[in-house]
Amino acid sequence: MARVIVITSGKGGVGKTTSAASIAAGLASRGFKTVAIDFDVGLRNLDLVMGVERRVVYDLVNVIKGEANLHQALIRDKRVDGLYVLPASQTRDKDALDLEGVGRVLKDLKGMGFEYIVCDSPAGIERGAQMAMYFADEAIVVTNPEVSSVRDSDRVLGLLDAKTRRAELGLEPIKTHLLLSRYSPQRVKQGDMLGVEDVLELLGIPLLGVIPESKSVLKASNSGTPAILDETSDVAQAYFDVVYRFLGVDRPHRFIHEQKRGFFRRLFS
Amino acid sequence: MSLLDYFRRSRKKSASVAKDRLQILVARDRSARGAPDYLPLLRQELLAVIAKYETIDLEQVSVSLDRSSGCEVLELNIVLPDAPTLAAAKREARHAGAVTTPTLRV
Repeated sequence: MARVIVITSGKGGVGKTTSAASIAAGLASRGFKTVAIDFDVGLRNLDLVMGVERRVVYDLVNVIKGEANLHQALIRDKRVDGLYVLPASQTRDKDALDLEGVGRVLKDLKGMGFEYIVCDSPAGIERGAQMAMYFADEAIVVTNPEVSSVRDSDRVLGLLDAKTRRAELGLEPIKTHLLLSRYSPQRVKQGDMLGVEDVLELLGIPLLGVIPESKSVLKASNSGTPAILDETSDVAQAYFDVVYRFLGVDRPHRFIHEQKRGFFRRLFS
Repeated sequence: MSLLDYFRRSRKKSASVAKDRLQILVARDRSARGAPDYLPLLRQELLAVIAKYETIDLEQVSVSLDRSSGCEVLELNIVLPDAPTLAAAKREARHAGAVTTPTLRV
């Protein structure tokens, strides 16, 4: 049974696209046929972060409007088997997406045997974000330990509870997960950053994982590689933990506490 | 006790300030969440009707929607001035701890 997952946050710049790319790549690498859909019409970036921008011919809006079929628009990732990208359109037409069209595309993707459909939501709580979350079965709410991000995440949780298919039909509610990103254990210890427990207490949803603040995220997006594929980095390890936990494997949480670094590591880092 | 200790003790860590602020904010956001979209318009139109008959102070009006065990209560609280002038009513409301002005409840 295919699952639709929305990666959402309300606030921009918290790591939605980075997380969508990494989680989709992680799910595919575990053997699940996975597609990542960019819902950010007008400001598409998922193709860039995943390094397939030069292979974009058709996009989500073309498929919805019937100008191309899914086989033409889907881009197959060359690094991970079973990973596909459906890019967003660069059109400025805000109303290019409609619920009926999005629903049809998701149904067709399920018909093609996709097991996970990862929807990368645009920032904000406007139409695009609501389109991305409407059909979701599960939601990963990406939050930074920072006031505006936490507040926006709470608002998004309210929308997930009210303005989605599952809410409207009175079905089992969307399963929500907290992904705390750009986390710095040192700053939490110093008392200058909200800690995991603080954010959990404020938002009241289960923790899927903590992604540490790291230089490797920028390096990965520079080269168009999902951050999870740079296996030496702590970010990649954190995203793999997230993927395993998402799949129901019990993994202890890491990167929450400051790592004790040995004398030589400090000397040579 | 050194001067340095004094400063260190008196300053609250910024993360706990953030948490305190967020707790209040999130609670307020959540209470407003269930409210229907028409409340502001409803408030405006009700005010226009009442203003035809009575001089009222906009700040003395509150519209709220409460939900309790399966029933919704729309509460409209308007403080009517009993003094001849609006300004007097305002002054009174501000000074008196217990407001004696009649309240219209809908």
